Amino acid sequence: MMDYTSVEMMTVAASRALQSNDICFAGVGPPSEACNLARLVHAPGITLIYESGAVRARPDVLPLSVGDGELCETALNTVSVAEMFRYWLQGGNIPIGFLGAAQIDRFGNINTTVVGDYRHPRIRLPGGGGAPEIAGSCGQVYIIVKQSRRGFVRELDFVTTFGHGSGGKSRQETGFATAGPTIVFTDMAVWRPDPRTKELSVVSLHAGVSREQMQNSVGWEIKYADKVEETPVPTPIELERLRALHSRTRAAHSGRHQGLIKAQASRPDHRARNTG
Amino acid sequence: MSISKFMPLPDAIAEYVFDGASVAFEGFSHLVPFAAAHETIRQRRQGLTLVRMTPDLIFDQMIGMGCADRVFFSYAGNPGVGLLRRMRDAVENAWPNPIEIREHSHAAFANAYVAGASGLSFMVFRGYRGVDLPKFNPDIRTVRCPFGGEELAAVRAINPDVAIIHAQRADHAGNVLVEGIVGMQKEAVFAAERTVVTVEEIVEDLNSHPNACVLPGWLLDAVCVVPGGAHPSYAQGYYGRDNAAYREWNSISADRKTFLAWMKTHVLDQTPDVFASRVLWREDAA
Repeated sequence: MMDYTSVEMMTVAASRALQSNDICFAGVGPPSEACNLARLVHAPGITLIYESGAVRARPDVLPLSVGDGELCETALNTVSVAEMFRYWLQGGNIPIGFLGAAQIDRFGNINTTVVGDYRHPRIRLPGGGGAPEIAGSCGQVYIIVKQSRRGFVRELDFVTTFGHGSGGKSRQETGFATAGPTIVFTDMAVWRPDPRTKELSVVSLHAGVSREQMQNSVGWEIKYADKVEETPVPTPIELERLRALHSRTRAAHSGRHQGLIKAQASRPDHRARNTG
Repeated sequence: MSISKFMPLPDAIAEYVFDGASVAFEGFSHLVPFAAAHETIRQRRQGLTLVRMTPDLIFDQMIGMGCADRVFFSYAGNPGVGLLRRMRDAVENAWPNPIEIREHSHAAFANAYVAGASGLSFMVFRGYRGVDLPKFNPDIRTVRCPFGGEELAAVRAINPDVAIIHAQRADHAGNVLVEGIVGMQKEAVFAAERTVVTVEEIVEDLNSHPNACVLPGWLLDAVCVVPGGAHPSYAQGYYGRDNAAYREWNSISADRKTFLAWMKTHVLDQTPDVFASRVLWREDAA
């Protein structure tokens, strides 16, 4: 068996949730990484949509920013940001949203705005970006985030993105017709909301992770599903494609004008891919 | 078409960007108008309301140099790298001066620009449900649909005094083509009172197509030729994003002294001409 890291396990587990016929709004960073791994391993037909307006992007390397040229150059087409949020997203045309998080609570609500008081923050985080309305308008939401005491908190400092609110019927009562978070992938486990209480419950532990380790990385008392599975370890193919993707990405992002060289080199490729 | 629209960038900034103005510098990671921002910093503009969905390095630099009193934004990070350290220093420690922030989600900000571009005072959309931001931003309210009763978010229009964008090229009549990730540049231009555009080059023929994003010369106030003017972001078809520079910014901006020294060398002691030397145009550009 190949060695792998817990973060590789997280990305692989998340990638397996996606199918070839899925249409998915991909947040940049870990969500986009999982989405592209899925495309490169078992979901070649997946449609990935980015908030910069790129529709059906097929990047060779992971974008550093959500507006990288790689996304536009490999996309079916690119629309304005206003059109993306108004017609494509709010119009109800994107079934899955894939998001990351800085802080998350047991009902899948997310904070990416501040640590501490909003007006006098201890740490000013980036803010909501696309997440609040992706989580509201996509049919369902997948979340990928590393587990830690700082990240998995009893109470959020700020609700940037609504998940299941205070649980139960809270989401419907707040006016949402969409399902919200349906699965959370971490470096230790896979979580799903309980069908009735909507509290996130562990449905699968990654190989070698103990319940004690779990509890030490989460700021509330963890609930487990009746039947907790063990997440299948990454396959050699999954690891090979993930690492190749990383090494292409590192090469592309380290040079000063690599974007230029890549843009020239990839043009014929790009045409071949789109006709193939 | 008045030929006088073509002018050197320093003249355009001197003419249109005044102390206390609200200025949108748009470009969604792509075509970020760095040359115009650096010129604004060199001319020591102060008290600006800086407007931009993704503040990026461009506002980190302007905030750190004391240009801003207020910042309107929807995602303040160094994409893929980390946080914006100069903006954080201003928000958390009031350095070099306190700034007021007015924050939206992307969807809300995009809708606020659409309202501004459409000549409306607000825009309605389905968002901000159950979240905390409406408690802190007075530009967010709710309205009830007059037909079906659904409660929806309303956001106040954004109408900057000046919109500044960078684009691929202009023709001799001052018509400008923007392509690739077009972000919110078109909406910012329509929403603003005045518009300054920097371009990579002037061409005989825009080599456009019928549905391209072309901003007619009569909408624009100044067109300035600044090759490389989007560096370290990129210009689709001309040069790639300088990801290394975005990564290096994380350490340059970590410390006030290092930051100020970098700004002196790379911004204050330079002119717009330096941008051409910071990029390599593709051989088949335009």
